[in-house]
Amino acid sequence: MIRRALVAALLAGGIAAASELRPSRDFLSPELRALQDDPSRHPGWLWVEDGEALWRRGERSCQSCHGGIDSMAGVAARYPAVAQDGALLNLETRIERCRTQQQGEAPFGYESDALLSLSAAIAQRSRGLPMSVATDGAAAPFVEQGRRFYETRQGQLNLACGQCHDDNAGRRLRGDVVSNGLGTGYPAYRLEWNTLGSLHRRLRACSLGVRATQFPLGSPEYLALELFLAARAAGLPIEAPGLRR
Amino acid sequence: MANPIVARITLPERARRGEIVTVRVLVRHPMERAIDAPGLTPVPRRILHTMRVTHAGEEVFRADLSQGITANPYVEFTTIAVETGDVVFEWEEDGGASYRREARLVVT
Repeated sequence: MIRRALVAALLAGGIAAASELRPSRDFLSPELRALQDDPSRHPGWLWVEDGEALWRRGERSCQSCHGGIDSMAGVAARYPAVAQDGALLNLETRIERCRTQQQGEAPFGYESDALLSLSAAIAQRSRGLPMSVATDGAAAPFVEQGRRFYETRQGQLNLACGQCHDDNAGRRLRGDVVSNGLGTGYPAYRLEWNTLGSLHRRLRACSLGVRATQFPLGSPEYLALELFLAARAAGLPIEAPGLRR
Repeated sequence: MANPIVARITLPERARRGEIVTVRVLVRHPMERAIDAPGLTPVPRRILHTMRVTHAGEEVFRADLSQGITANPYVEFTTIAVETGDVVFEWEEDGGASYRREARLVVT
C-alpha cells in the first residue's frame, strides 16, 4: 500500500504539469513584491514613461499607425510569435522590424535604452493578463526547439534549465530564491543591474551561470527558448515591468 | 542654471492645511561611483550628492547622498501642507551641475 502510494507520488512528480508552476512574483520577498506593485517606487516606471513618450515621437510615430499605446493591451501576452515570413519575433525584435520596415528608421539596437523603454511601455499594457502564445502551426517547430534547449544539459556544470527551475524552484541559490524561470516579468528592473534589462540579457546570465555558451541578444536560440518559456507560462499573469533582485 | 531631470514625483493633488502629506521621489540617475580598480578604466565619481526640497519658500527636506546609494535613488518623506504652491526639488551633482523639478500641491 505504502509502496503504491509512493510510486504514484513519484509519477506525479515526474510529469511536472503547468499547474505546479507559480507566478514569478510568488518567489519574490514581500518587500520586493510590494515594490513591484507600486509604480510610485518602482524604478522601471522611469522607462515606461520614456517609452510612452517615444511612442508618440517623430513624424511617423508608433501612434500614427497604432493609435494610443493603450491599443497594445494584450499584445505582450501573444509574443514571441511567428511573423508572416516565418521568422520568430519577440516584442523587441517586432518593434525593431516595425522601426526599420514601417518607419524607415535605423534600428534602436537590442538592449538600448530606447528599445527597453518602448518594450516596457508596451508590455506594461498587458500587466496582469494571462500569457497565451500560439504554440501550434508555424510556431510548433520553434516551441520544440525551445523545449530541446530547456531540457538539454549544458555547460561546464552540465545542467539543464529544469534542474534549477523545476526541481529546485523555491529553494535558494546564491542568496536568491530560484523561480520557475518563466520570464513573465521582463523587461524587468534588476537591482543587480541598476537598470531595466531584457529577458535575453537575463538568459545570458543564466548561460554564464552554468558556464555554457552565451548566445547573442536576439539570437534564434534564445528566441526559441523565450517562446517555450512563454508556452510554459500559459495562463500565468504578465508582470512586466518586473522587479528582480 | 538648473537643468530638468527625469523624475517621478508622487504626492497628493490636494491636501488640507496642516495635513501631513507623503512625498515620494524617484529620480533617474546612474549615481556613478568612482571606479579605480586594476584593469579597469578609472571613472570619476558622479553622483547626486545633495537633494533639497522647498515648499512655501521654506526648506522642508534635505539629504546628503553618498556613493553607497543605488542608481535611480528613491526618497520618501513627509511634510506639512502649508499653502498652495510648487514643491521644488533640487539636486546637486558632482562637477557642479544642478537639477530641478517642481510639483504642484493644492492646499485647501
